[in-house]
Amino acid sequence: MSYLELTRMAGAEAILAIAVVVVLFFDLYVVRDQTPGTRRGFAAALSVIGCAAGLMFVKLMGGEGEIPGGMLVLDDLTRIAKMSVLGIAAFAILLSADNDFTPHVGEYYALMLTSTIGMALMVSSENLLMMFVALELASLSLYILVGFNKHCAKSSEAALKYFLFGGMSAAFMLFGLSLLYGLSGSLELDGIAKSLQHQGADPLTLAAMVMVLIGFGFKVAVVPFHLWAPDAYEGAPTSSAALVATGSKVAAFFLMTKFVMTAFPASLGSGGWRAFEAGWAPAVAALAALSMIIGNLGALAQTSVKRLLAYSAIANAGYAMMGLLGNSGQGMASVMFFAVTYAAATLGAFGVVSAVERNRGGDKLADFAGLQKDSPWLSFFMMIFLLSLAGIPPLAGFFGKFYLFAAAVNGGEDLSLMWLVVVAVAMSSVSLYYYLQPLKQIYVVDRPAGAGEFKGGFALWVGLVGLAAAVVAFGCAPDLLVDCLTRGGVEAH
Amino acid sequence: MGVFGLMNDAPLISILTFFPLVGALIVGLLRSQDAARVRAMAFAVSLVTLFPIAFIWLNFEAHSAGDSLQFVERHDWIPSLGVEYFVGVDGLGLLMILLTGIVVPMAIQASAGVKRNPQLYFALILFLQAGLYGAFTALNFFHWFLFWELVLIPSYFLIRNWGGPKCRAAALQFFIFTMVGSIAMLVGFMALYQNAGSFDFMELAEGARNNGAATMAIFVCVLLGFAVKVPLIPFHSWLPATYSEAPTPVTMLLTGVMSKMGVYGFVRILLPIFPAQIEAAMGTLQTLAVLTIVLSAFAALAQTDLKRMLAYSSVNHLGYCMLAVFAAAQYTSVDPQWAAEKSAALSGAIIQMFNHGVTAAAIFCFIGFLEQRSGGLRGIDDFGGLRKAAPILCGLMGISLFASLGLPGLNGFVGEFLIFKGVFALSPWAAALATPGLLVTAVFLLKILQRVFSGPLNDKWKGFPELTTREQMLVAPAVALMFVLGVHPQLFLNLTNSTVVRIVNQLAN
Amino acid sequence: MDDFGANCLSLIVPVTFLGAAVIGLVRMPDEDVRRVALGTALIGLVLGLLGTCSFAHIDGPAIAVLHDCAWVKSLGIHFLLAVDGISLTMVLLTGFAATAGVLFSWNVDKRVREFFALYFALIGGVYGVFMSLDLFLLFVFYELAIIPKYFLIAIWGSGERRYAAMKLALYSFVGSAMVLAGMVAVYVAAGAETMNLIELAEKARAGAFSDSFQAWAFPLIFVGFGILAGLWPFHTWAPTGHSAAPTAASMLLAGVVMKLGAYGALRVAVALFPAGLAQWADAIALLAVIGIVYGAGVALVQRDFKFVIGYSSVSHMGFVILGLVTLNEVGLSGAVLQMFSHGIIAGLLFGVVGRMVYERAHTRQLSMLECMGLSKALPFAMGTFVIAGFASMGMPGFSGFVAEIQVLIGAWDASPKFALLAGVGIVIGVAYTLRAMNQVFFSDAKPEHELTVPPAKPISLPEMIGAVMLIVCTLGIGLYPRILLDLIVPALHNDLFQAMWGGGGL
Repeated sequence: MSYLELTRMAGAEAILAIAVVVVLFFDLYVVRDQTPGTRRGFAAALSVIGCAAGLMFVKLMGGEGEIPGGMLVLDDLTRIAKMSVLGIAAFAILLSADNDFTPHVGEYYALMLTSTIGMALMVSSENLLMMFVALELASLSLYILVGFNKHCAKSSEAALKYFLFGGMSAAFMLFGLSLLYGLSGSLELDGIAKSLQHQGADPLTLAAMVMVLIGFGFKVAVVPFHLWAPDAYEGAPTSSAALVATGSKVAAFFLMTKFVMTAFPASLGSGGWRAFEAGWAPAVAALAALSMIIGNLGALAQTSVKRLLAYSAIANAGYAMMGLLGNSGQGMASVMFFAVTYAAATLGAFGVVSAVERNRGGDKLADFAGLQKDSPWLSFFMMIFLLSLAGIPPLAGFFGKFYLFAAAVNGGEDLSLMWLVVVAVAMSSVSLYYYLQPLKQIYVVDRPAGAGEFKGGFALWVGLVGLAAAVVAFGCAPDLLVDCLTRGGVEAH
Repeated sequence: MGVFGLMNDAPLISILTFFPLVGALIVGLLRSQDAARVRAMAFAVSLVTLFPIAFIWLNFEAHSAGDSLQFVERHDWIPSLGVEYFVGVDGLGLLMILLTGIVVPMAIQASAGVKRNPQLYFALILFLQAGLYGAFTALNFFHWFLFWELVLIPSYFLIRNWGGPKCRAAALQFFIFTMVGSIAMLVGFMALYQNAGSFDFMELAEGARNNGAATMAIFVCVLLGFAVKVPLIPFHSWLPATYSEAPTPVTMLLTGVMSKMGVYGFVRILLPIFPAQIEAAMGTLQTLAVLTIVLSAFAALAQTDLKRMLAYSSVNHLGYCMLAVFAAAQYTSVDPQWAAEKSAALSGAIIQMFNHGVTAAAIFCFIGFLEQRSGGLRGIDDFGGLRKAAPILCGLMGISLFASLGLPGLNGFVGEFLIFKGVFALSPWAAALATPGLLVTAVFLLKILQRVFSGPLNDKWKGFPELTTREQMLVAPAVALMFVLGVHPQLFLNLTNSTVVRIVNQLAN
Repeated sequence: MDDFGANCLSLIVPVTFLGAAVIGLVRMPDEDVRRVALGTALIGLVLGLLGTCSFAHIDGPAIAVLHDCAWVKSLGIHFLLAVDGISLTMVLLTGFAATAGVLFSWNVDKRVREFFALYFALIGGVYGVFMSLDLFLLFVFYELAIIPKYFLIAIWGSGERRYAAMKLALYSFVGSAMVLAGMVAVYVAAGAETMNLIELAEKARAGAFSDSFQAWAFPLIFVGFGILAGLWPFHTWAPTGHSAAPTAASMLLAGVVMKLGAYGALRVAVALFPAGLAQWADAIALLAVIGIVYGAGVALVQRDFKFVIGYSSVSHMGFVILGLVTLNEVGLSGAVLQMFSHGIIAGLLFGVVGRMVYERAHTRQLSMLECMGLSKALPFAMGTFVIAGFASMGMPGFSGFVAEIQVLIGAWDASPKFALLAGVGIVIGVAYTLRAMNQVFFSDAKPEHELTVPPAKPISLPEMIGAVMLIVCTLGIGLYPRILLDLIVPALHNDLFQAMWGGGGL
């Protein structure tokens, strides 16, 4: 493999790495004496340009291919995943452009970019070592980002929790991965699959599987590995929380799906109603069901919108896990579609929350009261994002859920997974209640007296418009995304 | 032929039915507050309807064999449900629309005392007339039921808005009772349609019995609807209050025509379709009929309010019709040798309907006069010796009372005679038990005559006004009919003969 | 069907949504907003009428495809807009109800633009449901309608509006969640290839859905739709929601949106799962009849005028549900006719109660309305309510009568005892209607708080036009039901129902 090819394949990551350096230097040397606002503007702009450039590179130049050993793999689906990650990162940066909680502007954006590099590497690796390195790169950057607000004790607490949980789950993951290597003698997913084919569901394989699932489960915050999420989301600065909630999720889901579907086909098992067979399917089904139930029920009692979004994230992770059970190209496509659209909606919601935090001083439900009078467009966007999360057509979240359900049921034999769909729709209907709470405050409740005028920066508006357009577009014309996802599919071996 | 040829082809019955409806709309929208003018307009409209009736009568072929339906109009309405706009008259129908055409103008003219909101009042009466014409000429359940219910609404409002002190409760009771009966009838007909496949009365009469479609359960449902209207004891509890609280012209309509709707239903619908069921329940039904006759007579005797008395008297008179109808179903499963008796009974029932309608309308008209002149009093003891003060009034009222009593030579006798002739042969015990009713009727009617007309003139009534010319003209036709029909009943019996024969023949099949 | 008619019909949904967008986004004075709203509603109505006339010329059971393009290719989902006679009946109902609703809402003066924007978003969703023959698309429009409902009640309603709005939204969402689960099951069981209702019916006839599948899929979908149609005992959202809603929303909710549930049940559950229906028919008929009698009985003891009408809606919808499970032509066509008829009558009733009386009297308590001398102050309202009340009772001459007798006939065939119980429900219906009528307009009580004209505003022209339009509809259909029956009855034999007749039906 020539260096040219290597560059072509790792181009996006390389561009991002350059962007990190550029941002740091620019902030350190060029705009050091400017106002924080200007510094932020420049840093954000440079970061966004970096992400956009990476995205363009992947779209236009990234070819097919594989670095030997599966370190870096690029095919149609991987490219889309990478583009999504980069896009999400770009929007997250846009939405964070107004936040003034820290004077360390350059470092902040640099860390966002490094996290993005980690995520981009995650989606294109099929080698156990590379996977772990990428995962850790992304996670470590995110730990720091979560604790970035030094003036707020909650932020540090959140970062500590996140770090401790993350560290422990990384340990599990590593242990599981090493078990897999020991069992199969290969570091590549394909190799592992071949070796494990004959082994079926023996205890050691199952143990390895469980540990790997624990590692991934933490990353996507499914029950029972979700305890860090509410505190982390609430305590972290909103823009960090946004990236945690969206980018890392998309990448993690993609990786998990690819991993599980590629490496463990022999230990599939079945999670069907009265058709239980040991394997990863029943485990995933159980995780999904628990997440949906606990995530949705937990959100009902929340008064802080960020915490509400955290529980919503847990619940949505549960829905997405259902797609894994599809165990087919459709399953993968449905997980990705859902993850991307979920990310867009959540990112937008966080963007609105950050705007409200800045103007009204908090993120409690009461702070949203009467928002439609102050800023009708902000309210409208919030409605789009929350309704998409609730699964109201014609927004993207609805189609995502439907796609997941269809893929899951199709994957099970003879409609045996219908029980999971029933749990999902039941919990989904519960969710409408808490998604309507902020909307109720915004549209129904009257504006409190003395609320000041609403200020929102240009970057915020660009970001929100883009995300809202994406949510609506993917909802009304899902084929835009589904087509790409199903063209390059991951088939179970 | 010219005009008459045109009239022969014209949809006379539809015109007859819808003309008062149009008239009702016009009268209702009149701006004039002068009650007399509005009344005159309404009177004209209702009187005009007598012209098509007269034409139908004159051109009615009384001796046509087979199907005696004439002036038939038949159009598809809701084919998917087997509903047609099917109207026509036979002898029975003709008699009924004639009755309506006579009683309604009488009632309108008798409404001279109505001052409040006359447009609405007379519009409602014309509405009622249209409904009555429709109900008596309809031959398919769907629009027959439509007109049946339609009659309910104007009467409810007429009783409610212009009635006596307790009219609201009375109107509500009337409405609810009739509605419950109607709905029971509706459910019954739904079932009948389901089993027999048709809403057409003629078809049902021919076919329903043969294919076992008519059952006891359905019979009870349909019976309920008509039994409330007639009324048959024990479904009569709405009647005394309603008749006495309603304004007197409305009572004329209630007793004169609307109660006949119930009997008409028995003759046209219940008897031809459910003879086996009637026969099966003969004991119960005849007991009810006899009770109706006897108990209502005794109840009338016990009253002091003239209106209530005559209300119970109406129940009594129609009880005879019921007796006849039930008796006619006797021996259906046996043989046609009872045809003559059955014909007698049914002819009697039909002619009794007409006669009682005219007579009762006239009597209530007179009670109305008494009420107006006395300032609202209508107790039997409130008057006395009026013969001296208002001889014509008393004379004419006396004739009406005698007609109601059944004096030979007046119309009331004909019906009762024919009924008893038939019923004695078919169900001797029932007839025997019903005769006390005749006796008691005579007693209370004579009591009225005695207390109100004879005796010393109460000083209060020294200046009791005599009937005005207008009022005399109002009651004259009715009284004349009483004589004419008493002496020459063939005039109407000829018309109804073929209908009766057809029904009796159907029963025998 | 000729192109003109097809074009007319396919424009209805876009025009309505366009109207909503224009009202929501373009700044204009309130008067203009109302005019644009009326224009949008009228255009929808006129297009529907023109399309129906054109459709009526086609002989036999026809399905006219208006627009068909692939939406999500890999899943076999199409954006398929098509109509048959039943769809057109409901489209006409929506047109009339929407127009009347706008007329009755002429006096709304708080956040007018948002009100009408949400209103037309709701109407657009409703039109969409009635005109889509792709199950996925139908569901999209069905769910779409939930959020506008919530806001219409929560912001412009009266009384316990926020609680009522949330209750209504959640119940609807739970119902549609059940339908979603069922929809996924149907899709996968039929081979995960298509959501086209015609093709699904073909597969159903070919036996794609086993009896054991239908045994649970049918109740799941039927009850899911039934919740929105007011199936007892899941009906409790309806009286609360309708009473709290502003008049136009009540008219739409009781008049049209409840019919969405019945329509969905007919198109999906009844048409595709005849074996399941055969198993569950008795249970559902029992629930329907309980709904009829219970709804009427509870209406009889209500002290709030609007709640009387709210419960009467539950009672009338019971007839629709009863008709749907009879599985014979008479009963099914009766159910569809009752959908239309009750839609119009409910519009009239809520128009009087909500708009004419409540806006002026500012109370809904019957005991207070008694003392207001309304028969003198509001004679037009009295006349309209008398007519609407008789129509609601099922008086012949009005559309309710034809519909109810058809359902009774159909029910008698299936099971006589249900027909009898339904008849009892009619009797109670007479009672509560008369009670309300008497207490409000014909009461004996002394007019202590007399409502005089002025200060009570006279009945405005828009209210009168709206009321007259609805009265003409119900009278017209009552006297000449063929107008609709000629659309409905052939539609019951078209390809959408091929599984039903071939399977367990007549």
